[in-house]
Amino acid sequence: MHDYPYDFYANRRPGHHHDHQHDHDPHAPIVERDEGPPSEYEVMSRAMQELLEAKGIITADEVRQRMEIFEEEFPYRGAKVVAHAWTDPHFRRRLLADGKAAVAEFGIGMEAERLIAVENTPEVHNVIVCTLCSCYPRSLLGMPPTWYKSTNYRARAVFEPRAVLREFGTELPESVTVRVHDSNADMRYIVMPMRPAGTEGWSEDRLAEILTRDTLVGVTVPRVRQDPGGSPE
Amino acid sequence: MPAAKQTPAATVSTYTPAPGHRYTVGDRVSVKRSYPPGHRRTPHYIKGKIGMIERVCGTFANPEELAYGFDGEPKRILYRVQFAQSTVWPDYRGAARDVIEMEIYEHWLEPA
Repeated sequence: MHDYPYDFYANRRPGHHHDHQHDHDPHAPIVERDEGPPSEYEVMSRAMQELLEAKGIITADEVRQRMEIFEEEFPYRGAKVVAHAWTDPHFRRRLLADGKAAVAEFGIGMEAERLIAVENTPEVHNVIVCTLCSCYPRSLLGMPPTWYKSTNYRARAVFEPRAVLREFGTELPESVTVRVHDSNADMRYIVMPMRPAGTEGWSEDRLAEILTRDTLVGVTVPRVRQDPGGSPE
Repeated sequence: MPAAKQTPAATVSTYTPAPGHRYTVGDRVSVKRSYPPGHRRTPHYIKGKIGMIERVCGTFANPEELAYGFDGEPKRILYRVQFAQSTVWPDYRGAARDVIEMEIYEHWLEPA
């Protein structure tokens, strides 16, 4: 997985000039760029794929399979890994000591990337950002969300992390140290949240359900959902 | 730096040896105040700041060379450096113990 030094989507925004008339409709349809001419990057990517196919190095079906795995499997890997760490103290230690080796036990290859798992404790809360681009543990969490790539998050998470966390609904007491990780070079990061009370005896699958993407980036913490409705008998 | 005591024990990655590394965990370092053009992984906001080596990440192909199609040799040693937020941002509003950590290549560091 390669992170480009320039995030195409994030960089488009500053170039948004107001020399034209249009509505800023928050419900405007998402433009998938399937209209009009392809961008330079699409042309390059398409040409590369066609060359590799012509030389018999890859097939179109392999590319499709890879995209399918990226969307169907990658986003859920991180939760499985952390749920296992919650239930197995030996694995937890291995994950904290050497993230890449530990996730390999799950058949997860980080390829060229190294992984650092950082543990939340009652004293320390970790949060991940990449100020330079949008480095993200894609093989564990899938594609980064739009907010992670936004200039707003990338700029503010480093100098006012508590304000940013508050906007995500995460209020931390002053007694908790906020530890920001700028994922700026060759390592990738995943947060190991604290296991909440009320999850005793849960299976790993059930634990994984509360380990949402945002808890693993550190902008929120896992919560046990209260049973909605239904007054006590 | 009191901040360091609040974070988990520093670890050295077991899979990325860094023979001949100049700094070790706990060393105080400052980030060079240098603004060369090109592809650099050292954010501007940390230049000139003093921090502490949190871990030695290992040896990696130099991204400043890789970005332009070279092979990244010689490889460079990468560290994670921890900074007290109050020293990075003069008007930081948060707890005094808050920290920020990032990866800095050895050639961007000087003893402090």
